[in-house]
Amino acid sequence: METRTKNVSLEDLQEIVGEEHAREAAPEDAVDGVAPSFVAEPGSIEETSRLMRLANDEGLRVAPRGGGTKMGWGNPPRELDLILSTARMNEVIEHVPGDQVVRVQAGLNLETLQERLGRSDQMLAIDPPEKDAGATVGGVVAANSSGPRRYRYGTVRDLIIGITVVLPDGTIAKAGGKVVKNVAGYDLGKLFTGSLGTLGVMASCNFRLHPRPEAARTVAVELNDTLAAGQAAQALMHSQVFASALELHWSEDARLLTVLIEGISKGVDAQADTTSYLLRGFGEVRTLSDEEADHLGPLTPPGAGNDEVAIKIAHPPAELTGVLDSALGAAERKGVTPRITGHAGAGVTYVALSGGEEEARAQVVEELREIWVRRGGSVVVRQAPVPVKKRLDAWGPAGDYLGLTRRVKEKFDPRGVLNPGRFLGGI
Amino acid sequence: MERGQLIKAMESRLGTEGVVHEREQLRSYECDGLMNYRVIPDLVVLPETAEHVQQIVRICYEEGIPFVARGSGTGLSGGALPVESGVLIVLSRMRKILEVDIPNQRIVVEPGVINIWVSQEVAGEGYYYAPDPASQVVSSIGGNLAENSGGVHCLKYGFTTNHVMGAEVVLADGSLVHIGGGKAPDAPGYELLGALVGSEGTLGIATKITLRLLRKPEAVGTLLAAFSDTEAAGDAVSAIIGGGIVPAAIEMMDALCIEAVETAVHPGFPEAEAILIVELDGPEAEVEDQFQRTIKACEEANASEIRIAEDDAERALFWKGRKAAFAAMGRISNDYYVQDSVVPRTELGAVLKRINQLGEEYGMRVANVFHAGDGNLHPLVLYNNDNPGEAEKAEALAGDIVFTCLEHGGSLTGEHGIGEDKKKYMPKMFTEDDMATMQLLRCAFDPHNLCNPGKIFPTPRLCGERPGPFRMHPVQKAGLAENF
Repeated sequence: METRTKNVSLEDLQEIVGEEHAREAAPEDAVDGVAPSFVAEPGSIEETSRLMRLANDEGLRVAPRGGGTKMGWGNPPRELDLILSTARMNEVIEHVPGDQVVRVQAGLNLETLQERLGRSDQMLAIDPPEKDAGATVGGVVAANSSGPRRYRYGTVRDLIIGITVVLPDGTIAKAGGKVVKNVAGYDLGKLFTGSLGTLGVMASCNFRLHPRPEAARTVAVELNDTLAAGQAAQALMHSQVFASALELHWSEDARLLTVLIEGISKGVDAQADTTSYLLRGFGEVRTLSDEEADHLGPLTPPGAGNDEVAIKIAHPPAELTGVLDSALGAAERKGVTPRITGHAGAGVTYVALSGGEEEARAQVVEELREIWVRRGGSVVVRQAPVPVKKRLDAWGPAGDYLGLTRRVKEKFDPRGVLNPGRFLGGI
Repeated sequence: MERGQLIKAMESRLGTEGVVHEREQLRSYECDGLMNYRVIPDLVVLPETAEHVQQIVRICYEEGIPFVARGSGTGLSGGALPVESGVLIVLSRMRKILEVDIPNQRIVVEPGVINIWVSQEVAGEGYYYAPDPASQVVSSIGGNLAENSGGVHCLKYGFTTNHVMGAEVVLADGSLVHIGGGKAPDAPGYELLGALVGSEGTLGIATKITLRLLRKPEAVGTLLAAFSDTEAAGDAVSAIIGGGIVPAAIEMMDALCIEAVETAVHPGFPEAEAILIVELDGPEAEVEDQFQRTIKACEEANASEIRIAEDDAERALFWKGRKAAFAAMGRISNDYYVQDSVVPRTELGAVLKRINQLGEEYGMRVANVFHAGDGNLHPLVLYNNDNPGEAEKAEALAGDIVFTCLEHGGSLTGEHGIGEDKKKYMPKMFTEDDMATMQLLRCAFDPHNLCNPGKIFPTPRLCGERPGPFRMHPVQKAGLAENF
């Protein structure tokens, strides 16, 4: 029997994207246990536009998907009919090395892009942990994913200079451009950054690039306690060392603050010396071998692919010791095991909780949320078994801007077609 | 509400000293830094607190009166141009630095705080605020936020939008919201802060702003290189950046500009067809190495002279010459018309050549002073307003320059904003759908089009609301329903 969702059949989708590019959904296409009916892979912005118009007219609920590495982010969708995969829209549209700017289609694999840029000794300074797992550029933008180098280069919002989107009604619109400095019109590239596919489908993005550093070194200090962690991070932040990353690792195996220094080799040597000198009062200092630095993985995504509960605490960076104490204390009282990594210089700390009762892990999150939301931060659930996520709400409480946030959603997606329920405040 | 009633209503909240309504006094607010557009506002109000701003905006909202916020009024696109029969909200009395938080590298200020005060406030701690528009000794942080101001050092450190971390904002209905994390990063929800910064006062009024502070670099190196033609100077720029160096700043001035600046502030610049000012900063060893590479790149591009700033005083002199460029034009021309287009760096040579041709075709002088590192041109079309028809001719030439930049893949404006001045050009860069989509955002923030209406977009979009002056629904007025 023919599968139909609402008024749409597989043939309707195939008519738009071609027979081989639309299929019935498989179990692994489910998002947090909510199963879609179809998966469609448009090959162009025009096909994306036609798909979205159909979905909008027929009331299909759509989840855009890039590499699929972050489909567990946010709340479970209320409803889902169609996965719109950007996988076939994976071209570099334009790269002029002299302009240090690149324009790419949203479905382009981030690592593929980096390889391509590397040939011109350039890079896109975004290094999220899921970059090796097949993350696409569009997915990274939609999720506002970031990595260690945000300390030096900022996050997606600081590097995106232009965007082309398809709105739910099929409208194709662009903002920004291909020059770094540009204040013409509203900056929709930033608005779409972190919108988790709830405002439109990204078709292409333009970015500012940076020269690839000639040399790199990682200096690490073994931390005796949480106080040393906070103090060492502060010592680095207020120094004139121009580090690329300032990362914390706190688990049973290692308690380290690592400093990544990049640049020309002479400069790296001098700065590594200064860094070692600055950190010597907080514990044993050593230079990590490349292998050790890689293995440590500032890049290990806490909680990926298991039943851990992983959260992201965003906090004022000077509160690092307090964040660690609160997380370690709460975990201990509830009998669960914490594993902590973080962008210490930026005020982002990831805590992955394993062991103990599921209930206990949820309680730790609630306790930390209580503390850090009150102190101006946020505690977002990055990964959790669906029942835990349902109980906690992935985003936590929103501030007084929730009404405005809802109005933005209503203007861009008045029929609630895109990712219903996954975003802040049930958007 | 009649004007008299409106004045009384405002005075009852702000005091008589907070309301300007005499025609002669209102005249001093008729324009911002772009003086060819003038509108006398109905009323000027000078709030001292966020609550004042809320009260003012609430009255405007209930009465359907448009309002425009203004900082120091130094904008160059008419963004703070008053609206006829509207209220101008001048924020210059809100100029307190509220909190300095060095451990978190943040400062919290009111919108009327002057840009340079921020760096002065934290200089003793070894910190500074990076965005440095040429107007920084007079322009306000609130105005910088509205315009997403740049400056000579934004090549390396980014623009205002990269340094505003949080804002308290009065929306068009008078409600107060806090967006952006402020001290904590990555606030959940849409990136509303990124949308607000650079929205030219059309989405709300920031009443409290959290800025990021940067640690002063260990070393700074500044050089000035003279060239016998602009193309050679352009080659040097390409060579420096192509070599993997991200300088703090690279600025270019042409002969006409050098002449004006010499007459006005005597920085002692060499006679040349073009000069570059290049500044590098960062860790000492890195700056030293890159400085040598920069000198080599200038030499290889046949620089006729290279001067290295020996100390802060000499560095300040270089920058004095550069930052005085606009003001100095008065020494060589009665009037000038400035554009702010951007081109991809690799198109600089071709575009500059075309600008010269256009100047010859029109028979007018065009001076060039610009941020070469990021391709942000500031062509100054020189004219004399006393000669009939010259102003129009200058504007036409400036328009042709803009179109040339767009043809080469550029943008209408790099830092001055669209405002009133360039909205007519928006359809050259964006489609109807692009602009309609942008205005969805406006409709979410300001459905009744009261907040700095008529700027940026050539044709305003109705937000699905009833046209005409807004009247609040009685149920809403009684506080029984919210307008979402």
